[in-house]
Amino acid sequence: MSSLVQIKDVTKTFHRGSEDVPVLSGLNLTVAKGEFLALMGPSGSGKSTLLNLIGGLDRPTKGSVSIGDDRVDQLSERALAAWRARHVGFVFQFYNLMPVLTALRNVELPLLLTHLNKAQRREHAETALKVVGLSHRLKHYPRTLSGGEQQRVGIARAIVTDPTILLCDEPTGDLDRKSGDEILTLLQTLNQEQGKTIIMVTHDPHASARATRTVHLDKGQLSTAQPE
Amino acid sequence: MNWLTQVFAVALFNLRSLPERKGAAVSAAVGIAGVAAVLVGVLAIAQGFRSAMTASGAPDTAIILRSGADSEMTSNFTREETRVISDAPGIARGANGVMASNELFVIIDLPKRSTGTSSNVPLRGVGVAAFDVRSEIAMVQGRKFELGKNEVIVGAGAARAFSGLDVGQSIKIGMNTWNIVGIFTAGGGLAESEIWTDAAVLQPAYNRPEGYQSVYAKLTSAEAYDEFKDALTTNPQLKVKVARLSDHYAEQSTSTTDFITTIGVFIAAMMALGALFGDLNTMYSAVSARTREIATLRALGFGAGPVVISVLTESLALALCGGLLGAGLAYLAFDGYQAATMNFQTFSQVTFAFAVTAPLVLTAVVGAAVLGLVGGLLPAIRAARMPISSALRESA
Ligand SMILES: Nc1ncnc2c1ncn2[C@@H]1O[C@H](COP(=O)(O)OP(=O)(O)OP(=O)(O)O)[C@@H](O)[C@H]1O
Ligand SMILES: [Mg+2]
Repeated sequence: MSSLVQIKDVTKTFHRGSEDVPVLSGLNLTVAKGEFLALMGPSGSGKSTLLNLIGGLDRPTKGSVSIGDDRVDQLSERALAAWRARHVGFVFQFYNLMPVLTALRNVELPLLLTHLNKAQRREHAETALKVVGLSHRLKHYPRTLSGGEQQRVGIARAIVTDPTILLCDEPTGDLDRKSGDEILTLLQTLNQEQGKTIIMVTHDPHASARATRTVHLDKGQLSTAQPE
Repeated sequence: MNWLTQVFAVALFNLRSLPERKGAAVSAAVGIAGVAAVLVGVLAIAQGFRSAMTASGAPDTAIILRSGADSEMTSNFTREETRVISDAPGIARGANGVMASNELFVIIDLPKRSTGTSSNVPLRGVGVAAFDVRSEIAMVQGRKFELGKNEVIVGAGAARAFSGLDVGQSIKIGMNTWNIVGIFTAGGGLAESEIWTDAAVLQPAYNRPEGYQSVYAKLTSAEAYDEFKDALTTNPQLKVKVARLSDHYAEQSTSTTDFITTIGVFIAAMMALGALFGDLNTMYSAVSARTREIATLRALGFGAGPVVISVLTESLALALCGGLLGAGLAYLAFDGYQAATMNFQTFSQVTFAFAVTAPLVLTAVVGAAVLGLVGGLLPAIRAARMPISSALRESA
């Protein structure tokens, strides 16, 4: 399988006042197209930081981040925004839906960044909501949906543009076991049936069991040996 | 990419989330409403004063003063001089002969209705032609004074502002008693602040048997003015200055309107500064309340532009609401409000109505919009500059 994500010698150091906070130090990671990777590690180990570097929300202090043919760490701000819109679907722990928009409108939001016209946008959004099993909730506002349903709207929003990669930061972290399992099943289906490449941060061994591969982040390094 | 759709969508749903932040939003809008109300209020005073002054003069009417005099107070003519003036070409003729009124202008003290304190009121002695020269004069009560009698008529504004000026009452000044026989209007003009009588009666009362201070002349047309003026100013027998009445009053009103406007704009500017900080504060807190929302949009690939514009739109919308509210309140409170103020040119009271005009309201609303944009700019830039990854870490 061809590699989609290539992270080489990545170092990330935050600055808090005059203090340096090293989070990642010389980290390497390769993710193949079609993989469902679980990223685990203790709290504060830098999982979200790594995910943000892959998703082009932040830049490494050193090293390179390539997704497909793009050197994400070298794109300009403007190009990066366009790149995210085109290639990345984010799923957040707390869903991050717009409270004033209906489920349908929330899912339609990323399509405003495409060439699609209004009717096409609506059609795509409806399809995405159908994939996550929420066809009956199109007109519902986030506050009237359960946590599990909100996260499914979040996933619909992430897949509606058919991105190259799905990045999920503790997608089940705020859900009960049952809803969490439903979300994991959904992600697994997306991976297996649509071949979506997924990187999922999680604390939960239950969740990582659904992935095709698990890596552990500790002390700035990926601690388990990766299969080459 | 359809950038406009993006901008529009983000701005729109941001505005729809405004009710969640209504406390701060309302206080920002109210602050701006206050500025707008004060601005409109003060400009309405200046505007009202200006229109009272300019309504007084038609372009085909001229006032003649001694050259060097800047108002009737400091001007004087002999009877002979006024006769020469009346002979000038271009003056209209009517039933009472040449439409030129030789006038005398004195100041008397009368108690104000509102405070009871005494204030200056102009008492004007006019010629027979005065009512032809100022065709806007209309009796609303009683009758005109009779020539040769100690009778006066009172302008409606003066009658309103001062006590003891009703028809049937009389004014005692020194040895003389003047009976009030009528009330008149002058199309809202300056004459409404005056009391009129026969110049021939006023002259001996004030010990100026042969003296006048000004001549008011109605011309055959507005175009006749230049010839009329040239004839008078080149006449070696005379030392006069001639002005169209409209220009004369406009000039007379400038110092007062400038004064009012300066003070008003100063107060409004001070308040605007306060409102600006209020708006700035509101918008900063709006941005911080929306931190995660903005970061999410940016993560989805929205550019900085739509975010900036959405913040500016919100600030602008608040400011426009405030501006319209303030201007509306000012209109309800002030428009048509009757007031009297000092005319600094003649040191006498001018009564006038506050005028909240459309351009005034527009000025206030545009001012509010500018406040809104300026107040929203820094918060908007902060919103756009926010690092996405750390903003996403903020809890909801
Ligand atoms: N913008 C930032 N500025 C300063 N320090 C930061 C910033 N972002 C992350 N850090 C620090 O980097 C470290 C790693 O943070 P990160 O959020 O990546 O951890 P995590 O593994 O996702 O933790 P959790 O499991 O709690 O989500 C933490 O010590 C955090 O305080
Ligand atoms: Mg994290």
